[in-house]
Amino acid sequence: MLRANDNFAPRAGTRVAYLSLVSFALLTIAVLVGTMIGPAGPQWWRVPLELVNRLPLITVDSGVSPEEWNIVWQIRMPRVVLAVLVGAMLSVAGASYQGVFRNPLVDPYLLGVAAGAGLGATLVFTLRRSATENWLIDPLPLAAFVGGLVAVFATYMIGNTFSKARSSATLVLAGIAVTSLTTAIQTFVLQRNNDVVRQVYSWILGRLSSATWGDVRLILPYVVFSCGVLLMHRRLLDVLRVGDDEATALGMNIRRVRLTVVLAATLGTAAAVAVSGLIGFVGIIVPHTVRLIVGSSYRRVLPLSILCGAIFLVLADIPSRILADPAETPIGVVTAFFGAPFFLLLLRVRKNQA
Amino acid sequence: MSTLGFCDLSIEYDGVIAVNGFNDILHSGEWLCLIGPNGAGKSSVLRAAAGLVAYSGSVAIDQQEIPATSAKWRAKHIAFVPQTPLMPENMSVYEYVLLGRNPYIKHFASESMHDKQVIDKVLMRLDLTQFAKRMVGTLSGGERQRIVIARALAQEAPVLLLDEPTAALDIGHQQQALELVDDLRREQGLTVVSAMHDLTLAGLYADRLVLMHQGSCVASGDAQTVLRSETLAEFYGVSARVHHEADGTVVVIPQRASSN
Repeated sequence: MLRANDNFAPRAGTRVAYLSLVSFALLTIAVLVGTMIGPAGPQWWRVPLELVNRLPLITVDSGVSPEEWNIVWQIRMPRVVLAVLVGAMLSVAGASYQGVFRNPLVDPYLLGVAAGAGLGATLVFTLRRSATENWLIDPLPLAAFVGGLVAVFATYMIGNTFSKARSSATLVLAGIAVTSLTTAIQTFVLQRNNDVVRQVYSWILGRLSSATWGDVRLILPYVVFSCGVLLMHRRLLDVLRVGDDEATALGMNIRRVRLTVVLAATLGTAAAVAVSGLIGFVGIIVPHTVRLIVGSSYRRVLPLSILCGAIFLVLADIPSRILADPAETPIGVVTAFFGAPFFLLLLRVRKNQA
Repeated sequence: MSTLGFCDLSIEYDGVIAVNGFNDILHSGEWLCLIGPNGAGKSSVLRAAAGLVAYSGSVAIDQQEIPATSAKWRAKHIAFVPQTPLMPENMSVYEYVLLGRNPYIKHFASESMHDKQVIDKVLMRLDLTQFAKRMVGTLSGGERQRIVIARALAQEAPVLLLDEPTAALDIGHQQQALELVDDLRREQGLTVVSAMHDLTLAGLYADRLVLMHQGSCVASGDAQTVLRSETLAEFYGVSARVHHEADGTVVVIPQRASSN
């Protein structure tokens, strides 16, 4: 008789543990490389030496001056850590949305987070120069966060009001309607304030360049909470794969599961969007790449999406720093430019294998 | 080993009455087959018992009314095999059958050793052990039907509901699937309700047939009682001969209207 664990994960088996380890190692390397590369600052090979030097009880002469260390610690490090958080969040949110709506094309911005956050950000930009200059906290992430949540809340209310059925189609359609409406308002506001079009546009394309430890602290609790809740639902998302009816017949309260997953994913996405703008493709490309490697079970897809999303965004941030040096290339452009062809390549490779 | 009772079961879809005051009691281990023309309410009765549609009246197991709020309680007592199950192509057979353990697993927990032992037993019983690692998408229709039944068995529920279990199968696999259900209910004392279109097969396997028409039961009893050409003509609008074999089998043969 077969041992239970042998046939549990057919194509993956112990490969999952192995892949998690590999991903973790890759993430460490990516983070290290991310802190080593950038304009100004110390020579790249001195950074790891200095990092070792910073460990207690170890002294290495790295030749990094305090000013140079400042660049590494205050400019590069928060940026890399933010890339880890945002990448992980967008990927796991994308995977969860795809599971809960049983639609492979869904991204974390489906229910209007992006448009709502965009409107919030636009409003702040139009007010900014005069009114908010002396504010203690930057209102931009806050407005984007609130805008995103309000939009999704509106989507959910509309979706539920018009449909008593269990179908999620109404929710998706409501998301499209709310997105259109919000985008229309945003366009209207922008037309009357076309001096901020450039700023808004560059925000929409996503950016990690101005990241500070404050940004990291701002979104860390949301990302940790949201990833935790989503990971707890990984088995239930597998049950949902047989459809609403059968999941119900198997004793699952699908409304509660769907609501919790959507809320958790939205909260985390709104926090990520608030500090980094709209970084596209991560929520679609990373989960699907993970699926192509480890199969479709959410028990494997969710944890590996977190790791691979972090790796992907940290790596994508490196060309965004050096491609147009000293100017920044928006990271949303980089994720799309490198992510999309890579994804196509992967699809093709898998097809040939099968 | 459980009885299943329907008391004044009524179902309405947006004002259209699908089932109107359906009553029946199945004794433990009985196989009841619901027959009737399309739209008669057969599937609706099954879907109500599985908790998939809102209904008035009650469904009871061992005279205990199913609580409307506990999907898990229901799933531990009633297993449902839908007419066209949604089969995730990239899920392994083992993982698919394991879904049947969902009602026994706490919301955020994962499967215990016991759950896995149940699955091993079910797979062995249905000769599916060698399929465990196969992807669902690579299976044939007959194999798919078997793993759906395996998933239902994994629920360890005393009541099994089958909605058109043979609709997608060829005649050989139809026989295999129904023989399997019959063996299982004899082994494990399952109470079975199925909705079926093939009247001859229905009469061959079920202990009792219930003919439904416009949401109500219009005839109930064994094949000889229910499958009569004048009854079929009245409710199906079919012109058919009913042939009685020497062993008691009732065969329904449709007739060409012009061939008389």
